[in-house]
Amino acid sequence: MPLIKADQSLDCKGLACPMPIVKTKKAMDQLEAGQVIEVQATDKGSLADLKGWAKNTGHQYLGTIEEDNVLKHYLRKASPDEIKEQKKYMHVITNEELEKKLVSDEIAIILDVREPAEYAFNRIQGAFSVPLGELENRLYELNPEDSIYVICRTGARSDMACQLLAAKGFKDVHNVEPGMSTWSGPTESN
Amino acid sequence: MEATNALSVMTAAELTRLVLAKEELFILDVRNESDFKDWKIEGERIDVINIPYFELLDGVDPVLDQIPDGKKILVVCAKEGSSKFVAEQIAQAGRGNVHYLEGGMKSWSEHLEPVKIGDLKNGGSLYQFVRIGKGCLSYMVVSDGEAAVVDTARMADVVEEFAKSHGATIKHTLDTHLHADHISGGRKLAEKTGGTYWLPPKDADEVTFSYDKLEEGQDIIVGNTTIRIEPVYSPGHTIGSTSLIVDEQFLLTGDILFIESIGRPDLAGKAEDWIDDLRETLYNRYRGLTQDLIVLPAHFGKISELGEGGKVMAKLSELYDKNPGLNIQEEAAFRRIVTENLPPQPNAYQEIRQTNMGKMTPSEEEQREMEIGPNRCAVHDK
Repeated sequence: MPLIKADQSLDCKGLACPMPIVKTKKAMDQLEAGQVIEVQATDKGSLADLKGWAKNTGHQYLGTIEEDNVLKHYLRKASPDEIKEQKKYMHVITNEELEKKLVSDEIAIILDVREPAEYAFNRIQGAFSVPLGELENRLYELNPEDSIYVICRTGARSDMACQLLAAKGFKDVHNVEPGMSTWSGPTESN
Repeated sequence: MEATNALSVMTAAELTRLVLAKEELFILDVRNESDFKDWKIEGERIDVINIPYFELLDGVDPVLDQIPDGKKILVVCAKEGSSKFVAEQIAQAGRGNVHYLEGGMKSWSEHLEPVKIGDLKNGGSLYQFVRIGKGCLSYMVVSDGEAAVVDTARMADVVEEFAKSHGATIKHTLDTHLHADHISGGRKLAEKTGGTYWLPPKDADEVTFSYDKLEEGQDIIVGNTTIRIEPVYSPGHTIGSTSLIVDEQFLLTGDILFIESIGRPDLAGKAEDWIDDLRETLYNRYRGLTQDLIVLPAHFGKISELGEGGKVMAKLSELYDKNPGLNIQEEAAFRRIVTENLPPQPNAYQEIRQTNMGKMTPSEEEQREMEIGPNRCAVHDK
């Protein structure tokens, strides 16, 4: 799964604007779609500016952690294919249907196939994290007999995950659409 | 790389003079949208547009047609770096008369412009320091080698230099109330010059330092010519708020009464309790004073409140005619106006109050960050 793999870390500590954004843009240009970058900056203004830049360029701003006066911003490079890509997996459940199921206490396993950084900042309570790129090697962590609801941000990565699981003999797998991008139920973070 | 000829730097002081002289200027503000919405540079003949610098990383060509040819252009950002980055590109694209703001909005927020308000009866003068970026006003009474400063800004050095250049030693620093929008330089300045720091005791319950009580009936003398600074207890914005009458001519109203608005009672968390005090001060106590007094407030909210040469002042009688905050006849309506639909609170106002009480000691850089944005101490903008 080359779509989602290595994170990159970018050191912008001590730099004043516009340099953190200039450097982030350059680094982002080198990344492949779907990859996550960590930008370390000490300029407090970098938070609002990176958010604004991500919004304008379509990249996904995931969140920021502050540690020892260093801001660590996480962004995921937009992948235009994600939206256009045809979804192939048949068994689909909407966000609302899944939310109802969770409220009615039905036991369901939610498999979140986004990147760890996306998962860290915002996820459904109790969701299990296996990034799409690692799924094939971690199938043993899942039970093929369980009902599994697979979620990502927009339904594209989870669609691919569902296909993989079905091909490996998993019996009751559902793709959650559209996914976390519009999830309105309760969430948690690290 | 050699700088392009056409690119020049503009200081906050130069920009201030340009605003006060009502000159024409086109500002390209390259901060992000939320910062721009929060506050910006204004002037009667200033046009301003906002295009964040991060939309211009690939060049300025797409926006050149939004920048008028032949006008004086100023590019502005938070600290300077991004505005220089953008201004250079505009200059390289062949535009002339392009400037960037030295030190960005941080410098703009800190610039103090001294303006002479008038002479005192027995010699001496009264000056107003207009902190144009933030809308804060402080004052200096100078008489016979002595000076008293009221509602001093954090940038105490500028004030001290000004006193020196007028051959005066600062003997007193006064705060009309415990400020919530800016960090007071009063205590620091008094320590430095060996002067006395005065604060209304009712606002000083929780302070961690010693001070002299600014109370009614206590005159403060500046110089040998007896310029009396007479405190008048006038609660409402805070419970301790105290006005000052200088030389029987000037009424320093602090954050109680402004030129086009009145003070808000909510910044110390006690809006409900202080409405009656505020009304009493504005509608009775000030009414009982000589109506010829010149009102000098601690803030302005709109550029239209700046008068000739940048002076912010008006006769008390005039304010009773024109200020909407002094013309709300019904008590219920008054109550509503001073508690509902108030503007957002000033940036970091709780931390600023803590700092002014001596409970927090942020670094210089942190203090600068805390003070970013407009003062927002008035009830409305009309």
